[in-house]
Amino acid sequence: MRMGRRIAATLKRTALHAGPTVLGIIVLDFLFLQLMPGDAADVIAIEAGAATAETMAMLRERFGLDQPIITQLGNFLSHLVQLDLGHSARFNASVLDIIMTRLPNTVLLMATALSLALLMGIVMGSVMAAWAGKWPDRLLSVVVLLLYSMPGFWVGLMAIVLFSVKLGWLPNDSNMTVGANYTGLAMIADRAVHLVLPALALASFFVAVYSRLVRASMLEVQRQDFMRTAQAKGLHPFFIQLRHALRNALIPVTTVAGMHLGNLLGGAVVVETLFGWPGMGRLALEAVLARDFAVLLGVLLLSSLLVIAANVVIDLLHAWLDPRIGET
Amino acid sequence: MTAKYRPTRRAALMGFTAVALAGGRASAQAPKKGGTLTFLQGAEPTTLISLTTVGTPSLTNSAKTTEGLLEYDYDIKPRPQLATEWSISPDGKSYTFKLRPNVKFHDGKPFTSADVAYSIQLLKTVHPRGRNTYANVVEVKTPDPLTAIIELSKPAPYLIKALTAAESPMLPRHIYEGTDPLANQNGNAPIGTGPYKFKEWVRGSHVIYESNPDYWDPGLPRIERMVCKFVRDSGARSIAFENGSGDIGYRTPVALADLERLKKLPHLVFSTDGTSYSYNVQCLQFNFDSQFFKHLKVRQAVAHAIDRAALLKTVAYGYGTVSYSPIAPGLKEYHDPTPSPYKLDLKKAEELLDEAGFKRGADKIRFKVPLDFNPIGDDGRRTCEFVRASLSRIGIAVEVRAADLSAFSKRVYTDREFDFTYNGHSNLFDPTVGVQRIYWSKNFKKGVPFSNASNYNNPKVDALLEGAAVENDPVKRKAMFMEFQKIVAEELPDISLYSPLYLTIKNKRVREDSPTADGVEGNMSRVWLDG
Repeated sequence: MRMGRRIAATLKRTALHAGPTVLGIIVLDFLFLQLMPGDAADVIAIEAGAATAETMAMLRERFGLDQPIITQLGNFLSHLVQLDLGHSARFNASVLDIIMTRLPNTVLLMATALSLALLMGIVMGSVMAAWAGKWPDRLLSVVVLLLYSMPGFWVGLMAIVLFSVKLGWLPNDSNMTVGANYTGLAMIADRAVHLVLPALALASFFVAVYSRLVRASMLEVQRQDFMRTAQAKGLHPFFIQLRHALRNALIPVTTVAGMHLGNLLGGAVVVETLFGWPGMGRLALEAVLARDFAVLLGVLLLSSLLVIAANVVIDLLHAWLDPRIGET
Repeated sequence: MTAKYRPTRRAALMGFTAVALAGGRASAQAPKKGGTLTFLQGAEPTTLISLTTVGTPSLTNSAKTTEGLLEYDYDIKPRPQLATEWSISPDGKSYTFKLRPNVKFHDGKPFTSADVAYSIQLLKTVHPRGRNTYANVVEVKTPDPLTAIIELSKPAPYLIKALTAAESPMLPRHIYEGTDPLANQNGNAPIGTGPYKFKEWVRGSHVIYESNPDYWDPGLPRIERMVCKFVRDSGARSIAFENGSGDIGYRTPVALADLERLKKLPHLVFSTDGTSYSYNVQCLQFNFDSQFFKHLKVRQAVAHAIDRAALLKTVAYGYGTVSYSPIAPGLKEYHDPTPSPYKLDLKKAEELLDEAGFKRGADKIRFKVPLDFNPIGDDGRRTCEFVRASLSRIGIAVEVRAADLSAFSKRVYTDREFDFTYNGHSNLFDPTVGVQRIYWSKNFKKGVPFSNASNYNNPKVDALLEGAAVENDPVKRKAMFMEFQKIVAEELPDISLYSPLYLTIKNKRVREDSPTADGVEGNMSRVWLDG
């Protein structure tokens, strides 16, 4: 019962915050984008290597760029109210369609990378804490330090050189074997194989962060009175670590993970470019370069919704991990 | 999955002989049927039909589904495609085309002269170059379904070369009529007469074409399917060629620095076949409104300070030809090979700058000037560094400014806040279409990319260009272009540097990919896979 009330309270609070946040993001983004030099018609013309005054005028009219800025913003917002993200004149397709072909890929990559980072981080952190100061701790500390200091794109590049070029084990490009038309299990296997390298590259840095965090929090918890009580009760050390130490250590880790989601979206741009992953990060980058603001605003809107949704999940997770959180 | 391949030195040596032998055998071998060709492309097209844009990614894909009236051999001599016969009236004002009978669009509707007439009118209104190419078109007559007659108000001697599939696509009238051509969905899922039918376009990833079983040329196409993969990163493209997951790519699809390494791989072939339809000339373009470059002597000094051969060797790794003229060496008919009147001579350059009033200051510097570059190629930054080093020797301090496409366009063509810029201009198949726009004073138009950005204005040049555009006599026309080249070589609205040589890279199993002047930008109906 109390759990249900807490969940409802969390959702209500998030909903209240989300609306103004999203609106602010959209309006600010729109205004900042106006500061960028040049427009979508310029890009089309430069890419083409040819233009006439008439074709430029035709493109600007088609892109709606001949309208005053305030009208453009008004049009965008009025479409948005009707849950319509608008139309990309550059691709002659609806923004929602363009984004929806990419969104699942990005969510898959991010979810895999984040889960991988959390899983490996928690396991490594627990091992380091359990053997603090001994050789497993020392060894893993070196590994963690390496992961922490190497940028994700470099890890990705080296992984490509080793696993794709030298060994030929894993593909380096795209999210599936294009044109192979796999179905069923073969398709899942194909997707999984393509996911390995980008997910590892994206996760590498965060593995380091989470394992350090888990190690520190668990060592902190070890000194608490309730741990001594648990030992005095005669609980098995494994369960003490799992139920009492780790559960408490998870609060800071999940908090940080929630905040990292935004970073992960940013890091996805680099990793997606490196691995030819057809995701939203690359779409955003290409939209900036092409001044395709309809698409860019759509991506930013959905990204902000994604971050808000992830924060809700983290809040709920906290409510479950620690009943004291969320009671006001 | 990808093939596993580990290069060794011995394999490389064996490979060279294997390629040489395979090359000799290729003509004798009977073409095989079936298979999937993976075509690696750098950027994703905005549309699959080159109607409203002529961006390279769209040109690459357009002809696979949508054909043209003619195709051309390597020397740009026309050959039949959708037109089987053609003739030009002696006054050069009437072009008659006999169309291929029994040609059907992918949706089963017949291809007729009505489609030709409609397409030409559409190209004239919405195509970025068509507005100029077809400017003199008065009407397209269609006396019967298999005859189209283009009537011109003035001769257009370049028109007969403009009819490739990618440059002048023949579109289905029944799909475009009564719609806004920019919004028409045919650009996203094209229907044409071509050897390949559009199957799917997964944005950000790939386009798939499948062989058209009802194609008008019996026995063609030979492959079953073409996968066009968009691989934005040039390193990833190198790997794809290396491990065999990519079959073909063109316009030198990898970084020039990777070429030497890839050339050692026995399964790759490097070819320049089918690169004669369009040539680029790279140049340093001056702004005549700049406080420095409005002086002829300053422009001459810059010309005296740049070693084109060294630039070609270091920046372009030797892949190209030095050009002193804005008309590319590849356009043999019109190119003037006379070297620039301003030879490499630093002493002379310094004298000219002194005479122009730009003496070396206390810090040995005459003046500071920014240099902008068009970022579409990957050589812009390197070329600008070369120019910076060259000009520092005569006391000009160059600051290289980077910008993305849109910012570059706005700065140079709209705001005109630049002094000089490194840019490349596509000559296309004729100087009237590709070169005139840069020097013609009537094409000084703010906000229009690839217009006369120098603000160069010479009535004599205008008269020569306007004359050559409508001159039906090839000898007179050539003389006009020669005189034009002599004038711009002396007056230096820009300094032409070199014409890049583009390589097609392919797996050696790919055959007959580029039998025409436009190479893989053609319909690729004959391509087949050996294994």
